[in-house]
Amino acid sequence: MLEILLDATVRAGTPILFATLGAIINERAGIINLGIEGLMLIGALAGFSGTYLSGSLLVGVLAAFCATFIAGSIHAVITVQLRGNQIVSGLALTMFGVGITALFGKGMVGLTIVGFKRVAIPGLSQLPIIGKAFFNQDMLIYFSFLLVFLIWVFFYRTRWGLGVRSVGENPAAADTCGFSVSKYRFFAVTIGSGLVGIGGAYLSLASTPMWIENMSAGRGWIAVALVIFAGWSSPRAMLGAYLFGGITAMQLRFQAMGTTVSAHILQMLPYFFTILVLVISTLRLKKGASQQPEGLGLPYDREDRK
Amino acid sequence: MKLVIERREISSPFLRFSAPIASIGVALFVAGFLLLASGVSPLAAYKEIIIESLGSLYGLSETLVKTTPLIFAGLGVSLAFRMQIWNIGAEGQIYMGAMGATWVALFSGLQNHWLMMIAMFFAAFLCGGLWAGVAGFLRARWQVNEVIVTLLMNYIAILWVDYLIYGPWKDPKGFNFPLTAQFSDTARFAEYFNTRMHSGFFLALFCALVLYLFIEKTVWGYEIKVIGSNQKAAQYAGMNTGMAIFFVLFLSGAIAGIAGFSEVAGLQHRLQHGLSPGYGYTAIIIAWLAKRSAIGVVIVSFLMGVLLVGGDSLQLLWQLPVAFVYAFQGLILFFLLASDFFIIYRVKLIKGVAHA
Amino acid sequence: MPFLFSLLPYMSDILRIENIRKTFPGVIALDEVSFSVARGEIHTLLGENGAGKSTLMNVLTGLYHPDRGQIRIAGEPIHFTSPRDALAFGIGMVHQHFMLVPAHSVFENILLALDNVPNFYSRKTYKEKIQKLIDEFDLDLDLDTPVWKLSIGAQQWIELIKLLMRDCQLLILDEPTAVLTPQEAERLFSVLRHLKKQEKSIIFISHKMREVMEISDCVTILKKGRSIATLTCGDFDESKLASLMIGKDKIPQWQKNLQMSDEIVLDIQNLSVRNDRGLSDLDGFNLRLKKGEILGIAGVAGNGQKALAEVLTGLKNTSQGRIMAGGKDITNSNARYSYIAGIAHIPEDRKSIGIAPDMSVDENLIMKSFKSRSFRNWIFQNKKAIRQNAAEKIEQFAIKTGPDGTPVRYLSGGNIQKVIIARELSEHPAVLVALYPTRGLDIGSAGYVHKVIADGAGRGMSTILIAEDLDELLKLSDRIAVMFRGKLIGYVNPRKTTREEIGLMMSGETPGDAA
Repeated sequence: MLEILLDATVRAGTPILFATLGAIINERAGIINLGIEGLMLIGALAGFSGTYLSGSLLVGVLAAFCATFIAGSIHAVITVQLRGNQIVSGLALTMFGVGITALFGKGMVGLTIVGFKRVAIPGLSQLPIIGKAFFNQDMLIYFSFLLVFLIWVFFYRTRWGLGVRSVGENPAAADTCGFSVSKYRFFAVTIGSGLVGIGGAYLSLASTPMWIENMSAGRGWIAVALVIFAGWSSPRAMLGAYLFGGITAMQLRFQAMGTTVSAHILQMLPYFFTILVLVISTLRLKKGASQQPEGLGLPYDREDRK
Repeated sequence: MKLVIERREISSPFLRFSAPIASIGVALFVAGFLLLASGVSPLAAYKEIIIESLGSLYGLSETLVKTTPLIFAGLGVSLAFRMQIWNIGAEGQIYMGAMGATWVALFSGLQNHWLMMIAMFFAAFLCGGLWAGVAGFLRARWQVNEVIVTLLMNYIAILWVDYLIYGPWKDPKGFNFPLTAQFSDTARFAEYFNTRMHSGFFLALFCALVLYLFIEKTVWGYEIKVIGSNQKAAQYAGMNTGMAIFFVLFLSGAIAGIAGFSEVAGLQHRLQHGLSPGYGYTAIIIAWLAKRSAIGVVIVSFLMGVLLVGGDSLQLLWQLPVAFVYAFQGLILFFLLASDFFIIYRVKLIKGVAHA
Repeated sequence: MPFLFSLLPYMSDILRIENIRKTFPGVIALDEVSFSVARGEIHTLLGENGAGKSTLMNVLTGLYHPDRGQIRIAGEPIHFTSPRDALAFGIGMVHQHFMLVPAHSVFENILLALDNVPNFYSRKTYKEKIQKLIDEFDLDLDLDTPVWKLSIGAQQWIELIKLLMRDCQLLILDEPTAVLTPQEAERLFSVLRHLKKQEKSIIFISHKMREVMEISDCVTILKKGRSIATLTCGDFDESKLASLMIGKDKIPQWQKNLQMSDEIVLDIQNLSVRNDRGLSDLDGFNLRLKKGEILGIAGVAGNGQKALAEVLTGLKNTSQGRIMAGGKDITNSNARYSYIAGIAHIPEDRKSIGIAPDMSVDENLIMKSFKSRSFRNWIFQNKKAIRQNAAEKIEQFAIKTGPDGTPVRYLSGGNIQKVIIARELSEHPAVLVALYPTRGLDIGSAGYVHKVIADGAGRGMSTILIAEDLDELLKLSDRIAVMFRGKLIGYVNPRKTTREEIGLMMSGETPGDAA
C-alpha cells in the first residue's frame, strides 16, 4: 500500500518538480515569473501535438521545451530589456497561455497517443518500498532526478551558475565584474521557462496521455509557492514537489476508496497545504534560513546607481 | 555600435496618452493573426464584436450587464494597487460574495425586499472581505506573499461553491444540474427596458464614486496613499501599516464580493457553476490599465465588457473558445508593458571601444 | 595583459582626462574636467560632496558615458562602453558602496571578479591563488565566510583583492576611509604605499583634508563639476587646499549659546537590540542627554548608530533595557508615541524612509500631524488648512519647490532634507535625533542643517547628532559620545580631546587603558 502511494507521489510530483526547478532558475537570476501556469499549458499542448504529429515522444518533449522557451522570451524581453513590471508581465503570460492553448488545442481534444512507459532499472527496482517509486519509472522522471543534481552543480560549481546567482543577488556587482546582466537574466528566464514546459509536457505525455483544456489546474501556481519552500535550492524543490505529490496522491486515494467526504472538499487539500507551506516557509525565511535573492523582482538599470 | 538606454527627464504627455491606445491597436493586429490561424477572418470578427456589443439596445444592455461585475472587481483590485498590494483573488472573492448573498436569499426567510437586499449586500460584503482578509492577515502579520495566497484561495473558493451546489444546496427541481433553487422576487434586482440590465449597474457607478471620495478626500485615503508611496516612511511617521494592509485587502475583497451579490441578485437569480467566467482576472488588467483613476476603472470595464460580449458571439458563430479572450487580454498587457518602456526611457546609439 | 602598458616606460602619463562633460536630467554633473596621472603616483581628487568626483570616476570606469571629452590611456584615446572594458585596460575601482554579494562567501565574491575563469573551474587552484595574495598583504580574511558576517573594513579589503587579482595598474579608491577608524586608515595607507612601490597608480578620492596631505603625490580639486586646479607635492598645504575647495565662501562659524543645563532629557539604560541576522546591534548601551545640548555620536558606520536611532524613534523594538524621555518610559513605544513624546528624527536615508516620494510637498509636510484637528473635518481632510501650513513652512525654511503638487522626489537633496526638517521641527520637539543629516548635501545645505541644529539648541532643544565626519562633530557638539560594537565607550570634550584619543575609542579601547 505504501509502495503504491509512494509511486503515485513521485508521478504526481514530477510535473511540479520540473516547474519548480524552472521557476527557481528564473528567480535566482532576480526575475519573478508568474507565467508558470500558462507556460505549463503551452508545454503540455506543444508536447502533445509534437508527439501526435511525429510519433516520437522525444520530439514532443523538445517541442515543449522550444515552445515555452519562446513564450518565456516574451516575459524575458519585457522584464529585462524593457524593464517592465515583472508581476504584470507574468500574469499576462499566464492569461495568454491559457487563451492560446484553448484556441489551438481545440483540434487536439479527444486524440490519443502512446505515452511514456515505465523502464525498470535492473536490481534497484526490486528494492522494497522505494523500488517501484524511484527505479521503475519513465525516462522523464529519471531525467528529473538527474536535473536536480545538474542544477545544483551548475549553481555551485560553475562560473555561469555563479553569474546567475550574482545577477539575482546584486546585479550592480555582477555588472561591474563584467557579467552581462541582461544576457544572464534573459537565458535564465527562457531556459527556466523551457523546463517548466517539460513539466507541462509530462502532464500530456505521461500523467494522462491526452490534451484537455486547462489541464494544469493550478499546478503552476503551486510551483511558484514551492520555490519559497525550497529556499531556491534544487534538492529542497524535490522534497517540496514530492510532498505536494503525496497530498495529491492521498486525496485521490480517499476518493477512490469512496469516503463520505465530498470530492470537492478533498480537492481543496493540495491548495490548503500549499498555503500552509508558504506561511511556514516565509516564517523560516525571516529567521535567517535561505534568503530570497536580494535583487528579486527589481529591474536593473545601470544609470539608476548614483 | 552599442545601444544605450537612458531615463527621460519628464515622460512626454503625448506618449503617455497615445502609447496605451497604440498598444491596444497592435494587440488587435496580432490577435488578428491568431484568429486567422483558427480559420476566422479578423475583420469579420472585429466587426461582429462591435455590432453585437454596441449595435443595438439589447447589445448595449448586454455589454452593461457584463460591465457591472467588472467595475466592482476592478475597483476592488485597484484599491489594493494603491497600496502596492496585489489582489489576484478577486475571482474567488466574487464567488464567496455570491455564496453569502445566496445564503441570505435562500435561507434567511426575510420577506421585505429592501431588508433582503441590504442583508444580501452585507453578507456578500463580509464574505468577500473575510476571504481576502485571510491573505491580508497573513501579509500584515508575517509578510506572506499575497499574490500566491489570494490566487490559491480562488481555487478553494470555486471548489467550495461547487461543493455547495452539487451537494447541500442543490436544487431538488434542477434535474441534477449544479445550481441552487431560484431566488424569489424579494431577492432580485429590478430590470430595465425589457433587457437583462439590472440595478447592479447603478450600484457599481455609485460604488466608484464612493471609492473616489474615500481615496482622495478622507484621512484614511491619505494614509493609504502614503503607505502605497513608501511603506517605510509611513511606518516611520507612525502609521499602523499592518492594520492598514489587512483593512485594505479586506475592503478590496469586500468590493469584489459585491460583484458576486450583483450577479446572483441581478442576473443569474441563483448560485450556479461557473458564475464568473474570469471576471476577477480581467479586473487585474482593468486596474492596471486604469492606473489610479476610479472613472478610468469604469471606462476600461466598459471596454472589456464590449470584448466579452463580442467573445460570446464569436463562440456562437465560429466556435471560438471563450478562453481566447484571455489570450487577447494577455496580448494587450504585453504591448502595454512594452509601450511603458518607451514612455519612461529613451534609446541612444553610441560608439564602441578601441580594442587592444 | 593589455599591450599598451608595455609602452609605458616611454610615456609618463598612464591616464589623461581631457575636457569631460556629463549631464543628467536637469543637472550638469561634470563640466570640462581635465587632469592626468603618472605611473607610481598617488593622485587625489579632492572636492566637496556633490562636486562630481564619483561621477567622474564612473565615467572613467565605463559605467557612465560622457557627453563630450576624451580619455587617454597611455596616449591612446579610449571609449569605454562598460566596466568590462575599463577592467580589460587595467583600471579598477573600489566604490564607496561595495560591489559585493553579501550572501556569497569571500571566495565567491573574488572569483566573480576574475578574468578568464573557465566554466568548470578548479576550486582548489583558485583558492590557493587568492590565499597567496591575502597572505602577501597580511590581511585577515577567511575565504569561506559569507560576506555579510564581515566588518565593513574587511569588506573593503575584498574589493582591493579583487582588483589586485585582475592585475590592475590603475586603482581608484572612492572615499575609502569613510568606514575606517583612524588606525585602520593608516593600515590602508601603508598598503597603498606598498602598491606605489610596485609602480601601480592610485586615484584617491576624498574630501578630508588631512588624509590628502598625508598620502598624496598630486591633488586635483573639483568644485561643482569643474576641475579648478592640479597641484603637485610640496606645492600645497591644508589652507591652500581649503581655499581652493571652498572658494570665497567663508566656512560658516555660528554662535552657540551655551544654554545647556544639567537636566537629563533622555536617559538610555542598558539597551540591547538584535537585528534580523541575530547579531547584536546594541549591546548594553547607555547614554544620557542633557537639555539644550548637542551630543555628537562618533563611531565607524555600522557599530549600532542606526539601531539607536530606530529604537529612539519607535521603529524598532528592544529585547532589553529602558529609555526614559522627559519622565515617560518610551521603551518599545511606537513611532507615533515617540513623536508625541517629543522626539523628532531626521533619518539617514532621505529618499527611502524620509518622504513619500510620489506625493506633494504639502502632503509630505503633514505626514506626522495629519490626524490633528487642524487638518481635518471629521473624516475628511481640510485641504485649505494643509495648503496654508505648507505655504508657511516653505517660506520659513526657504524650501525650493516646483509648481504646486509636484511629487517631492523631484526636489534636490538639500530641499528634500529641508522638507523633512520642517516637518520634524514643526511641533518644537524636545529631542532631535539626526542621523548623518548632511550626507550628500552641498556645502550650503549642510551649513543650513547645522544652523537649524544650533538654533534649536539655543532654544533648549537637545540633539543627538550621529555623523561620520569627525570634523563636523568636533565643530558642532558640546560633548561627543563614542560608540563601538553597540556599546558606549566613553564621552569626550571636543575642545580638549585629540583625534588619536577618539580614534582609539572608535576601535574599542576605553580611555585610561594602559598603552
